[in-house]
Amino acid sequence: MTNASVATSPPATGYGAALVRALRSFTLLRESWVGMIGAAIVLFWVGVAISAPVLSPFDPNATVMPLQKPGAEHVGGGTFWLGTDHLGRDILSRIIWGSRTVLYYAPLATFTAYAVGIVMGLAAGYHRGWVDDVLSRISDIILSFPVLVLYIVIIATIGASGVNIVIAITFASGPGIMRIVRGLVLDLRNRDYVAAAQTRGEGSWRIMLVEILPNARGPLIVDACLRMGYVIITIGVLGFLGLGLPPPDPDWGGMINETRQMAMAFPHMTVYPCLAISSLILGFNLLADGVREISLRD
Amino acid sequence: MASRSEGPVLEIKDLNISYYTRAGEIPAVIDFSLSVQRGETIGLVGESGCGKSTVAMAIMNYMGANGGIKSGEILFKGRDIVRMTGDELRRIRGSEISMIYQEPFAALNPSLTVANQLMEVPLVHEAIGRQEAYARAVQMLTDVRLPDPERIMKAYPHQLSGGQQQRVVIAMGLLSNPDLLLLDEPTTALDVTVEAGIVKLIAEISRKFGTAQIYISHNLGLILETCDRVFVMYSGEVVEEGTINSLFTWPRHPYTHGLFGCIPLPTANKNAAPLQPIRGQLPLPHERPRGCNFGPRCDYFVGGHCDAGKVAMEYVSDAHDSDHRVRCARFRDIDHSAYLKPKNVREAAEVGENVLEVRDMQKYYELRDASIGAMISGKGVTYVKANEALSFSARRGETVAIVGESGCGKSTFAKVLMGLETATGGEIRHEGRDIGNVSVHDRTPEQLASLQMVFQNPSDTLNPSHTIGHQISRVIKKFGVETDKNKIHERVMALLDTVKLPRDFYFRRPRQLSGGQKQRIGIARAFAGNPSMVIADEPVSALDVSVAAAVTELLMDIQREHRTTLLFISHDLSVVRYLADRVVVMYLGQIVERGSTEEIFDPPYHPYTEALLSAVPIADPEVTKREIVLEGNLPSVTNPPAGCPFVTRCPRRQGAICEQQRPPVQLVSEGHAIACHIPLDELRAVEPVIRVPSEDERAHA
Repeated sequence: MTNASVATSPPATGYGAALVRALRSFTLLRESWVGMIGAAIVLFWVGVAISAPVLSPFDPNATVMPLQKPGAEHVGGGTFWLGTDHLGRDILSRIIWGSRTVLYYAPLATFTAYAVGIVMGLAAGYHRGWVDDVLSRISDIILSFPVLVLYIVIIATIGASGVNIVIAITFASGPGIMRIVRGLVLDLRNRDYVAAAQTRGEGSWRIMLVEILPNARGPLIVDACLRMGYVIITIGVLGFLGLGLPPPDPDWGGMINETRQMAMAFPHMTVYPCLAISSLILGFNLLADGVREISLRD
Repeated sequence: MASRSEGPVLEIKDLNISYYTRAGEIPAVIDFSLSVQRGETIGLVGESGCGKSTVAMAIMNYMGANGGIKSGEILFKGRDIVRMTGDELRRIRGSEISMIYQEPFAALNPSLTVANQLMEVPLVHEAIGRQEAYARAVQMLTDVRLPDPERIMKAYPHQLSGGQQQRVVIAMGLLSNPDLLLLDEPTTALDVTVEAGIVKLIAEISRKFGTAQIYISHNLGLILETCDRVFVMYSGEVVEEGTINSLFTWPRHPYTHGLFGCIPLPTANKNAAPLQPIRGQLPLPHERPRGCNFGPRCDYFVGGHCDAGKVAMEYVSDAHDSDHRVRCARFRDIDHSAYLKPKNVREAAEVGENVLEVRDMQKYYELRDASIGAMISGKGVTYVKANEALSFSARRGETVAIVGESGCGKSTFAKVLMGLETATGGEIRHEGRDIGNVSVHDRTPEQLASLQMVFQNPSDTLNPSHTIGHQISRVIKKFGVETDKNKIHERVMALLDTVKLPRDFYFRRPRQLSGGQKQRIGIARAFAGNPSMVIADEPVSALDVSVAAAVTELLMDIQREHRTTLLFISHDLSVVRYLADRVVVMYLGQIVERGSTEEIFDPPYHPYTEALLSAVPIADPEVTKREIVLEGNLPSVTNPPAGCPFVTRCPRRQGAICEQQRPPVQLVSEGHAIACHIPLDELRAVEPVIRVPSEDERAHA
């Protein structure tokens, strides 16, 4: 008919096309300057984390010169741009290496929390009935604990390590995500295209994952960006409480915890890690705002 | 109120409205002029996107942030609304100009009683006391014919039915005794029998209160019943205006002719007089052609003449009415009688053996009341009888329509048929196999493929996350029609050809498609597995008239070609009259009448069928209807009447027998059955509801 070339070849599918689409949707972000600032901050930290070995002037765990003010010169050459801590470690280097920790564990924990929350939410919202009752009551029970208490109990029970932090965060935020997903699914399951899928005999997991989930992505992406910020706070708080990653590897929350008693005398030891955490969270929050702004526009 | 007697209430002169978007300035309304006298009702008719709602918003001077009145005047009682300050506008809106919107439940505040909301109107705009405001509100509720106004005053909006809510909204609009009432599709969200009551009320208002009204609708039939003058809009311009009589009898613009060709009239039949869809699509505002906007879709288009420049409104000189104006460069050259002759006459489809047999099918929903009171009284479980004892059959190649208002159980029946629900009792035999109790999970791929559905809502029918090609391919793969990747692709292309869409739609996503195009894809998807039967649940009710006509015709062409049985679910009797071979009328979960289309539309009628027929708006001034307006509301399905389901609203109620006993199913002929206590002879004596004049009686012949 009109387009003979189209008729002859099946369409290009696969990862290449998906990647192009993903990149194209990312360029949409240019229309929101708030989102662009957020993305810039996040990308800045990602860049820092990737090039940590190049950027950091000192070994983050090496004792060089204790209690130096920001800008002090090292006798053996080099500058402590942000000073050193009470053990003589260069704070800039620790912040740079610490970004690796946080940008590794925060997305990982968010991802696993989402994996659990989405599966639970899909099942509860799509099947309703007793599945919904059981899953919703479980999430009610978890949500009824103060989060901090929950973290302390979990980490105290299974020990402080990177993997256990991920487990604790997944356990505590999975139910919240499940609630969001369930609400979205309750609406989407009544759409005609879901009925069409049912009447052509699709299995329920296919309907949930292929027909329903992609249409819930808008609110979920916004929530994921915001939640990433909360997870970064949580990792910081756990570090601050001494439940974070075991020393000596740099961890922003841990850095604040170790030096907080000296904050009056040496504010730089706590202020700079605090700024690092805040800026990253701000970046994710602005990114979330930008994504929301764009998704509302269409 | 001295200014009332002099001059028109509203006069719009050369109004131009534009929207400003990222794509630049988009003219939404061009050179619009209109005047409304006191007590006059003006109809604005046109398809979505023609600018009719923009005009209404401009009259209220309530344009969005991106809309602006570019030039022209809107004189309301001599004062220009465009130049009014915010304070002046606030004084006028709601007191001198009122507006009534499409959805009554969105117009009422759910957390305030009706009394609060009604009394607010005079309290805000006039210096009167609460008692007087209350008295006025009660009086107004009586005037809009709401029974028991004192009770309604105390009620919250959710305690009222849709029709009652719309009456309250109309009462609210009239309370301040406005000079102008704007009605924007006030009955679109309502059922036909309820609509008939509201339309009657709207027609009474101007007579009783002398209010000038502007009635916006896409439905020519409703315009005919309510208005004195009508303006037909197309792509931002008025293309034709005139009195109801003149414009409906002697339409002069090809677009107006086109609109009439798109709506099934009571005389029409799908084989003898098929609908004539307007080809092409409404141009996007920034892609309007030079000259006549309708040019690219017009059969009488002449290059160099029609696209030479702006076409002005001209008086139809030979007219039977000097007030009739049209915006067409060639209206004198067009043979207007040619439009009346049926084209593309088809032969009736061959009807084969029974494909579907439904016998005593029941579907009950259990309602569990978990309260302590229910546990003590032992009434923990009640049943909603969504379908009760349905029996009918459908043959190969035949179109069977199920007609009824919302809540009559027609969609529940479709769900049971599709296997999304299972029947509580009785049987449904499709191609000989009982499927009533087989849920969709237990059906074989062939069974699934042979029974498919076209859904109602175009925005919902396709998954927005996947391409068109992907969605149709999936159906073909799932049903095992083809397995090879290239063959599947070929089949998708063939289906796109069948539904008359370009092949590059394969890569499009649903958001890039218009409503009509989405419905076409929905049809392609339903026919992908070569079904023996397709259920269409109001497939065109959400579409514009010209698009609906095209989709209806397409659906019937494909059905004929494949000899598919079509089960057409609808509330619109004019569409049903047009395309169905046989009709099943449902009320409150039960079949009250079934028979061939001719049998249903002629006496003897079931009293409910009679009322439904009377409620159908017909866009033909020479067709006369007997007026039957149903009182009351649909009873609750949890507590239906013990006897005849229709007894609470039936104008031909016989007395106690109707309330206590199930009506017997009386056979008029083989295939035509009426469930009613009234003897058949008496029903036969009823005169026809719709009287269509014969061809030589007609004025335009």
